[in-house]
Amino acid sequence: MELLSGAEMVVRALRDEGVKYIYGYPGGALLHVYDAIFQQDEVEHILVRHEQAATHMADAYARATNKAGVALVTSGPGATNAVTGIATAYMDSIPMVVITGQVMSYLIGEDAFQETDMLGISRPIVKHSFSVQRPEDIPSIIKKAFHIAQSGRPGPVVVDIPKDMTTPTERYPYDYPANVKMRSYGPISRGHSGQIKKAVDMLLAAKRPVIYTGGGVIMGDASEELVKLAQELNYPVTNTLMGLGGYPGTDRQSLGMLGMHGSYEANMAMHHSDFILAVGARFDDRVTNGTDKFCPTARIAHIDIDPASISKTIDVDVPIVGPAKAVLKEMLELVAEAKTQPDAEAIANWWKQIDEWRQRHGGRFELGDKMKPQQVIEMLSKVTNGDAFVCSDVGQHQMFAAQYYKFNKPNRWINSGGLGTMGFGLPAAMGVKLNFPDADVACVTGEGSIQMNIQELSTCKQYDLPVKIINLNNQSLGMVRQWQDMNYESRHSQSYMKSLPDFIKLVESYGHVGMKVERYEDLEGAMREAFAMKDRLVFMDIYVDPFEHVYPMQVPRGSMRDMWLNKTERT
Amino acid sequence: MRHIISVLLENEPGALSRVVGLFSQRNYNIESLTVAPTEDPTLSRLTVTTIGNDRVVEQITKQLNKLIDVVKVVDLSEGDHIEREVMMIKLKANGQMRAEIKRTADIFRGHIIDVTPNTYTVQLIGDSAKLDAFIAALGTASILEVVRSGVSGIARGEKVLSV
Repeated sequence: MELLSGAEMVVRALRDEGVKYIYGYPGGALLHVYDAIFQQDEVEHILVRHEQAATHMADAYARATNKAGVALVTSGPGATNAVTGIATAYMDSIPMVVITGQVMSYLIGEDAFQETDMLGISRPIVKHSFSVQRPEDIPSIIKKAFHIAQSGRPGPVVVDIPKDMTTPTERYPYDYPANVKMRSYGPISRGHSGQIKKAVDMLLAAKRPVIYTGGGVIMGDASEELVKLAQELNYPVTNTLMGLGGYPGTDRQSLGMLGMHGSYEANMAMHHSDFILAVGARFDDRVTNGTDKFCPTARIAHIDIDPASISKTIDVDVPIVGPAKAVLKEMLELVAEAKTQPDAEAIANWWKQIDEWRQRHGGRFELGDKMKPQQVIEMLSKVTNGDAFVCSDVGQHQMFAAQYYKFNKPNRWINSGGLGTMGFGLPAAMGVKLNFPDADVACVTGEGSIQMNIQELSTCKQYDLPVKIINLNNQSLGMVRQWQDMNYESRHSQSYMKSLPDFIKLVESYGHVGMKVERYEDLEGAMREAFAMKDRLVFMDIYVDPFEHVYPMQVPRGSMRDMWLNKTERT
Repeated sequence: MRHIISVLLENEPGALSRVVGLFSQRNYNIESLTVAPTEDPTLSRLTVTTIGNDRVVEQITKQLNKLIDVVKVVDLSEGDHIEREVMMIKLKANGQMRAEIKRTADIFRGHIIDVTPNTYTVQLIGDSAKLDAFIAALGTASILEVVRSGVSGIARGEKVLSV
C-alpha cells in the first residue's frame, strides 16, 4: 500500500472523491496541506480573498450540481470567517465539506496562536463534524464527511485537522474506502407504502388541491417526477423560494412562489385549498405566515426526508418520511393504477377560480419615471432566455428576481434562502461560473449586498470568471427601508448609504468592465452587450427607483391570504 | 408533561456536547441529565428528563435521532418504566434531631453513609418524587448540602434499548 503523509492524504482523498476544485485560503495550520496541493495537479485550488467567499463558492457549486462543494480554511480567523458560509449552507440543507486547519494537537486548549474551538463554534450549524486524532484516520473521515454531507437531508460537515496530523515526514498506508458503514447513521431510501397510498387517495379525492414544493425537490433531484405527477393530474404547483425551478415557472400550472412575497394566486390558492401535497418543503415562517390561521380548510400530506421537518410548525394529516424522488415515483405508479380519477368538474372550477385570482394581480407593478427593479429582472429573463444561472444576494432584489425571473429548470436559482446572507451572490456566481464556464451566470445584487464581498472581484480576475453582475442600485438598503416605510413611519434608520463608490471605476481598477445604466431605454442594449462579452466580467450598475417596494407582501401574523398588493391596497 | 428520554450514544469525543448543545440551541428544557458508558465501552447511555408538550417532545426525539452520534432514542415515559435517582444529603444532626433524622431515613429506606458528631450524610435511592418527599419529611432539620445524580431510567419487561 502507498505511504502518504496526512497532508497528502487530504488531497488524495479529495481526488478520490472526484473533487475538481477546492476553494480556500492558506495559513499556518494548513501549510503542510498547501504544500501537498502544490505538488499535484489533479485537485485545483481557487484562492479567494476572504474565507466567507470560499464557503459560498463551494456552496453554490453544490446548489448547481447536488454534489458536495469543498472549502479549505486555516485555523482561528480562517475558520471563524467561514462560519457565515457554513450557517448559510446549513439553513438551506446544502452538502458541503469544510476542512479547517487546527493548531498542533498538543497545543489545543492552551490559547495557542490562531487557535479557536472550531468544532464548538460550528456545532449548531453543521450536520456533523470530525476532529482528526490520528493521521491514518484521514481517508475514512473524509469519506464519511462526504457521505454524511450528501446523503439524507444534506448539510455541511466540518473536518478539523490539527497541524501535526499532516506532518510531511510521517507517512502512513493510504487506502480510500469504497463504502461507509455507520451503525448510527442510515438515511432512509423510500417512503412508507401505506402512507403513500393514503396520500394518493386524498390527492385524487381533492377538489381544490395545491402541490407545494421546496428545496427538497431540487436537492432530491425530483423535478422530473414532480412535473409528471402535476401534469398527469392537472393540479396547480407553487414553489418556495428554495424550490424555484423545481416546476417550470412558465408553465400554465405554475402559480409561482408562495409566502411572504409570494404571488397573489399562490397564496390565495393555498389558503382556500382543501388538500395540500407538500414535497421537500418545511412550512417555514416566511411561507406560512400566522401558523394558527394557516390554510384552515386544507388537509395536508407532507413528504420530507427529515422526519423532524414534519409537523414541526404545522400539524399534517399524512406524514411521509422519504426521499422526494422515490416517493413521487411511487405516487405516479399509484395514480396510474388508480380506479378513481380526479373530479374533473371540481378541478376545472378550481382552475377557473385560480385564473380569476391571476387576473386580479398577476405580478403587475406600476411603471414610473424611474426604471423599476422588476423591469430589470424581466429584461434579464428575456436577454438570457430564462436559461441563466441566477445567483442572488439578499434583499429586495432577491425577491424581485424570485418573482420575475421565470426558472424552467432546477438548480438554476442560487440564493441564500434560510439564513439570508448578504454577500452570498458574487462568490456564488463565481462558484457556478467556474464549474459551468459556457453558461450565462448572473449575480443579481444591490449596492448594499455587493459591498459585503466585493473584494472577490480580484479572485474573478485571477481565475478569469466572467460573471455578469446586475447591481440594482437604489442607493439604500431597500428591504430594510421598505419595512421602515411600512412599520416605522418611514424613519429610515441607517438604511441609506451616503458614500457609495463609483462602481464603474472600482471594477475597472480590478480589470473588469463597468456599465452604468440610468434609463430603461438603454437597458436592453446594454444588457445584450454585457452578455455578449463572453470572456469579460461586466458590472452593470443599474439605477432603479429607490422608493419601490416588493409586493405582494403578507400582513404579519395574518393568514396566507392577508396581503398588501401595493402601497395602498390590501386584501 | 415530564418525559424521560433515553439515548444510546457513540462514546466519542464531543458527542455529549452535541446533545447538550441541541437542547440549548432549540430552546428545549433539561431537568436532569445523566450519562455513563455502557457494558460496551463504545456506547454511552444518556438519560435526560425534560418538560414539554407532545409537539416539543416529539421534536426533541426527532432532533436527537438526527444527531449522527446518536444510535437510538426512546421516550421511556411512553411505556411502563422504572426510574431511579441517587441522593446524598448532609444534615445538621445534634440533640433530638439526631434520632429524628435516623428514624425518617429508616422510613424512607435511606442509609446513613457518613457520620460526624454534628452531621449525618444520608443516601437515598428512588424515583425523583420519593427524594422530594424525603426532603419535605425532614421538616425542621437543617440541610447542609444536597447532591442528586439526576434520573436514570429503564423500560419494564423484556423491552431493551440496545444496538
